Amino acid sequence: MPKVTIDNITIDVPPGTTILNAARMIGENVPPAMCYYSKLKGSGGKCRVCLVKVTKTSEQNPRGMPKLVASCVTQIADGMVVENITSPEVVEARKGVVELLLINHPLDCPVCDQAGECHLQDLSYEHGAATTRYDFGRRTFNKIDIGPYIQLHMTRCILCYRCVYTADQLTDGRVHGIINRGDAAEISTYIENIIDNDFSGNVIDVCPVGALTDRTFRFKSRVWFTKPMNAHRNCDKCSGKVTLWFQGEEVLRVTGRKDQYGEVEEFICNTCRFETKKKSDWVVEGHRRIDTHSVIAQNHLPYELDVVHPQIEQAQ
Amino acid sequence: MSRLKILTEHIDKPEITGIEGYIKHGGYRAVEKALKKMQPDEVTEEVKKSGLRGRGGAGFPTGMKWSFIFKGNDKPRYLLCNADESEPGTFKDRLLMEKIPHLLIEGMIASSFALGVKTAYIYIRGEYMYILHILQKAIDEAYAKGYLGENILGTTYSLDLHVHPGGGAYICGEETALIESLEGKRGNPRIKPPFPAVEGLWGCPTIVNNVETICKVPFIINEGGETYANIGIGASTGTKLISACGNINKPGVYEIELGVPVEEFIYSDEYCGGIKGGKQLKALVPGGSSVPILPNRLITKTAKGEPRLMSYESLSDGGFPTGSMLGSGGFIVFDEDQCIVRNTWNFSRFYHHESCGQCSPCREGTGWMEKILHRMEYGHGRMEDIDLLWDVQRKIEGNTICPFGDASAWPVAAAIRHFRDEFEWHVLHPAEATRRNYGMGRSAEPIEQVTA
Ligand SMILES: Cc1cc2nc3c(=O)[nH]c(=O)nc-3n(C[C@H](O)[C@H](O)[C@H](O)COP(=O)(O)O)c2cc1C
Ligand code: SF4
Ligand code: SF4
Ligand code: FES
Repeated sequence: MPKVTIDNITIDVPPGTTILNAARMIGENVPPAMCYYSKLKGSGGKCRVCLVKVTKTSEQNPRGMPKLVASCVTQIADGMVVENITSPEVVEARKGVVELLLINHPLDCPVCDQAGECHLQDLSYEHGAATTRYDFGRRTFNKIDIGPYIQLHMTRCILCYRCVYTADQLTDGRVHGIINRGDAAEISTYIENIIDNDFSGNVIDVCPVGALTDRTFRFKSRVWFTKPMNAHRNCDKCSGKVTLWFQGEEVLRVTGRKDQYGEVEEFICNTCRFETKKKSDWVVEGHRRIDTHSVIAQNHLPYELDVVHPQIEQAQ
Repeated sequence: MSRLKILTEHIDKPEITGIEGYIKHGGYRAVEKALKKMQPDEVTEEVKKSGLRGRGGAGFPTGMKWSFIFKGNDKPRYLLCNADESEPGTFKDRLLMEKIPHLLIEGMIASSFALGVKTAYIYIRGEYMYILHILQKAIDEAYAKGYLGENILGTTYSLDLHVHPGGGAYICGEETALIESLEGKRGNPRIKPPFPAVEGLWGCPTIVNNVETICKVPFIINEGGETYANIGIGASTGTKLISACGNINKPGVYEIELGVPVEEFIYSDEYCGGIKGGKQLKALVPGGSSVPILPNRLITKTAKGEPRLMSYESLSDGGFPTGSMLGSGGFIVFDEDQCIVRNTWNFSRFYHHESCGQCSPCREGTGWMEKILHRMEYGHGRMEDIDLLWDVQRKIEGNTICPFGDASAWPVAAAIRHFRDEFEWHVLHPAEATRRNYGMGRSAEPIEQVTA
């Protein structure tokens, strides 16, 4: 199996693996991904936050690549050496991309439904700058209800195309996509159409930011006040495996189960997501594991304070 | 003195547009020769020998590109002619298509034969609709004479040629966006690899070449690759069409032998005929809007002090950041009265408008650059803006899916590198900067005479 070294850690991976997936296998210093989604064919390459430096292309070609490459779409070659956070150039470029992404993203986290689950929030925290240098007007849009279940906040959209691929690959007769060019580009449904089919709700789950929101959940609660539990039901359309988000005994929201990279493990249907919101509809399996670093973990995980043993200076 | 002309020798003869006139002047000999006397690989071999480099901007060796076409499957192969020609300052391909359309068709047939292509397309920019009709008429004539269709000239080779109008978007000139557009989708560039030579149109092996590139192929077949390689200078073989515009006495399209000194090209009567009104030369964009601008002191001489020539190597200055590029040959000359800030803003405005918006640095960065430049040009600039602009272009360059991002960044970088004092002047003299009377005769404040 080909060998690849990322940030000084070497691993053997199956041929054809991308740098990003190799980094995920190593599990440390994984490049961030805003547009790549392993479950969606053809995704990736667009947001450019996963840029890395290839300092050695392969065993045969010891020269590096002249430019930074998108790790999510670049396949490894045997002997490849990659720098992610060990390259100042990458850190600088990533900071630049975050700054550019935030140009047209309002900092409305205090009211955004995705707060606490937002990849852009995490990304800016880890890689962004504390201030902005952009002082021009930003784009504004009205919110649009696309059908009974989904609301689009175009202001928050970072045009990652994930929802477009979802609609294309998971639903019949796609009616939504991107219109216009450049920074005028926006997500839209085909003329005033609605996204209306059994799997449409998944576009909400794949959206890395708060641009597509669940109309049956919006403003019911902040995510960290809810309690995530894994549950399932017999469903004739999907696997029926979901995460229920409880407040007390009440199910406020139903989503797909996400893996450690925030990607849905199995896409779920609209009936499970929007229409079965009673606890009795479900077989509750137990607590959902949430990473301790996530704000969702607040209030849920038992944790112990470190015991501090102050050293009292001895009087000389 | 008149020099060798490969493409434009007969261009002023009105009858050359029709098939009879074209044949009378030696047209379609290359198709006869290639199809009847040569093997496809021999044609590619001649093109390799000729040293011909792509005329669409990047200058990649054509023969080598052709040899990359994937032969490992039995999928159909395609040849696409890139007639999108949307780079500001570049207007050379239209001359060929308008005046001598059969040259392109002949080139397409010979090239398709070399590549084993059965269906080829000319993708033409939407604004050239009238040229589309000229091409369509010529294609019909070629079918009628048996140069296209089944069993061309009684050989076993068959080819269909279509002309397809684009939607009028600059990005559709980028080869993978062109393929997407031809497939009926948004003109978004694809992520490479796979390269089109392996997986292009409809997932099949595809070669994309510029109009001028393809028009060179008949000469190479008729006269041999070596004859072509002996024209020009170094790795810049043959002739090149240059579309010259700006403040010169004789704007127009010229066919030059590569290697002509830039100074001669600007001042000789054979070409641009000197600067209009006898003014001073201030700056030059030698290869279309996306290539770096050159200041006066670097136009006729390279950074090493050698004479600057019209060639791929000389214009790029051997990799010095002081150099530029031959690009697509859009030669834009600026006299002493022209404002670099205004021009840079104007270019930026174009790139902001034309970005496809797929990748974040280009989508957001081009707009930011335009807005900063607009603010400077309209008297609201700040000193920090110059460094900010420099920083933003650096964030785009090299970090995008397609070279459009670089194309939007380079003009800004070069303008700041060579004309920083002019940007500073704009900040320090906002009132004068706004009052100037652009492009309408002499402006009130010739920039050079003002020192900040
Ligand atoms: C943004 C962008 C626009 C382009 N526009 C054109 C064009 O209008 N015409 C063209 O021939 N090539 C254009 N190109 C270059 C093509 O991608 C491609 O390199 C060329 O058509 C290959 O032909 P050649 O090898 O004969 O030069 C463009 C490239 C980029 C990145
Ligand atoms: S709405 Fe969300 S998923 Fe769709 S493109 Fe925008 S950010 Fe991506
Ligand atoms: S660089 Fe610009 S034009 Fe090219 S793919 Fe990215 S957004 Fe589109
Ligand atoms: S995750 Fe790789 S470019 Fe978006």
